[in-house]
Amino acid sequence: MSSRAYLSIENLGVTFNAGQRASEVLKGVDLTVDQGEFISIIGHSGCGKSTLLNVVAGLVPVSHGAVILDKRAVDGPGPDRAVVFQNHSLLPWLTVYENVRLAVDKVFRGRKSRPERHAWTLHNLALVQMTHAKDKKPHEISGGMKQRVGLARALAMEPKVLLLDEPFGALDALTRANLQDSVMEIHAKLRNTVLMITHDVDEAVLLSDRIVMMTNGPAAEIGDIVRVELPRPRRRIEVDATPAYIAARHAVIEFLYARHTGLHAAA
Amino acid sequence: MSLPAYSESAAAPVPKPAEVLPLRRKPPRFARRAAAILSGVAAQVLPPLVTLGVILLLWQGLSGDAAGGLPAPATIWLESRELIMDPFFDRGGVDKGLFWHALTSLQRVAIGFSFSAVVGVALGVLVGSSRFAHRSLDPIFQVLRTVPPLAWLPISLAALHEANPSALFVIFITAIWPIVINTAVGVRNIPQDYVNVGRVLRLSPPEYFVTILLPAATPYIFTGLRIGVGMSWLAIVASEMLLGGVGVGFFIWDQYNASRISDIVVALVWVGLVGFALDRLVALAGRIVSRGASAS
Ligand SMILES: Nc1ncnc2c1ncn2[C@@H]1O[C@H](COP(=O)(O)OP(=O)(O)OP(=O)(O)O)[C@@H](O)[C@H]1O
Ligand SMILES: [Mg+2]
Repeated sequence: MSSRAYLSIENLGVTFNAGQRASEVLKGVDLTVDQGEFISIIGHSGCGKSTLLNVVAGLVPVSHGAVILDKRAVDGPGPDRAVVFQNHSLLPWLTVYENVRLAVDKVFRGRKSRPERHAWTLHNLALVQMTHAKDKKPHEISGGMKQRVGLARALAMEPKVLLLDEPFGALDALTRANLQDSVMEIHAKLRNTVLMITHDVDEAVLLSDRIVMMTNGPAAEIGDIVRVELPRPRRRIEVDATPAYIAARHAVIEFLYARHTGLHAAA
Repeated sequence: MSLPAYSESAAAPVPKPAEVLPLRRKPPRFARRAAAILSGVAAQVLPPLVTLGVILLLWQGLSGDAAGGLPAPATIWLESRELIMDPFFDRGGVDKGLFWHALTSLQRVAIGFSFSAVVGVALGVLVGSSRFAHRSLDPIFQVLRTVPPLAWLPISLAALHEANPSALFVIFITAIWPIVINTAVGVRNIPQDYVNVGRVLRLSPPEYFVTILLPAATPYIFTGLRIGVGMSWLAIVASEMLLGGVGVGFFIWDQYNASRISDIVVALVWVGLVGFALDRLVALAGRIVSRGASAS
């Protein structure tokens, strides 16, 4: 798409220090992402996917190398890199509307008037089809709905990069498919730059422009990158038998189960 | 008139449907709800009332007429009838109804407990959010909280010289530890996800305090307040015994010196009921304030 990299991760290393023992989780990770690109990160459990995402979010400090977003080095969290966590992380004492409004107020204070912020909150709830539940508390809505609200809160910040950490991991297959369709629609409409962690090969192939596959830790790095050559818009029943889909799917499965089995990571 | 004759002579099945039908019709909704609420209340209230009756009967049966011993319920009723029936009399000095004594004690608790709530929550937030404060203060708190309330009284009398502030201080120092400790636990247990939400949104410390820290710790804070209010009520009764003046604690001590055990029993019932009401009040406040906060 664009010629210059929008987000670039350069020779990134992350080491956690727990007392005297240091554990090197990521080493020499290089990745460049174009504006509007949808990237999935896949890899065995514990290899460091969340760590990579959290570094981009600024929640985990860089030990080595750098993360550069829109020509500026990332040094700390901020609303230009909105995160949707696996377990939704909505504040339970606020309603659905208030959860989104909190983010809107914080990000757009001074830039939008009060009625504009109200309208923007409702707009984002409508985008994820959650307007009907806007006055409910998080514990009154289903898991899939919570993830929709989490997504609305992240989208409402108008982030440069949207960071999704296994956003649909805890959901059943039907709800998950439903949300994947919503994410594709929203991505088609808004052209966000997205980094998404997933364990689901089909989800990665269906949604992504490129799939980043990580080797097993410790000192995990990017093993290979698969480009998904499927035209958009994609509809799951139309694409899942095409050669491009099958090729991408096979490449990921081959990487995960033949070249980098999770056996020693799980042991 | 003719009805009995009719039903006796006619075949039995004929009147039956007419009797069954009205029973099948559902009672109106409000009637059913009222019945449900009533039976719920009965299930809550009846067992303790029955138990109380049994205890009173046993007490009455066992306590005979030994002079100077524990008076039987009937004796208490005879001796302390005025005290039981009229809690509002006021003949000046300390000769007042139990309502006034309880009210004075409650005012002391309200003042002392308010201080300990404010200072306790503030200290708890500090100890919970700063590793350094935790390391330096927590061991001291753990030692101080084991000091019994009455042991503080001579110290506070020596420091403050006057009875009333000393009583307040004893309440304050008794109630503060559970508040500090529970608040600190609540702050330390704020889920990392909520903390991260605050960091991604770049909330300022005051914003973080109001929108995330306080609501997340509220259930813990109210646990501390509830334990604290119970302990402060225990402390006030004990400290008033030593201080004199108006108040339930001194009333008990006064009646003991006058050998009016019946009056003491009546006062104890008041102490128990007021303490129970305080506990329920704080629990209710906690439920109202933290609506939905505990379920995630
Ligand atoms: N704050 C931390 N301190 C020390 N070690 C950590 C920390 N966070 C993560 N780790 C370690 O880093 C490694 C990678 O963790 P990470 O959560 O990034 O894995 P993941 O790929 O997201 O796994 P999963 O798929 O199960 O979510 C793990 O071995 C973990 O124990
Ligand atoms: Mg993870």
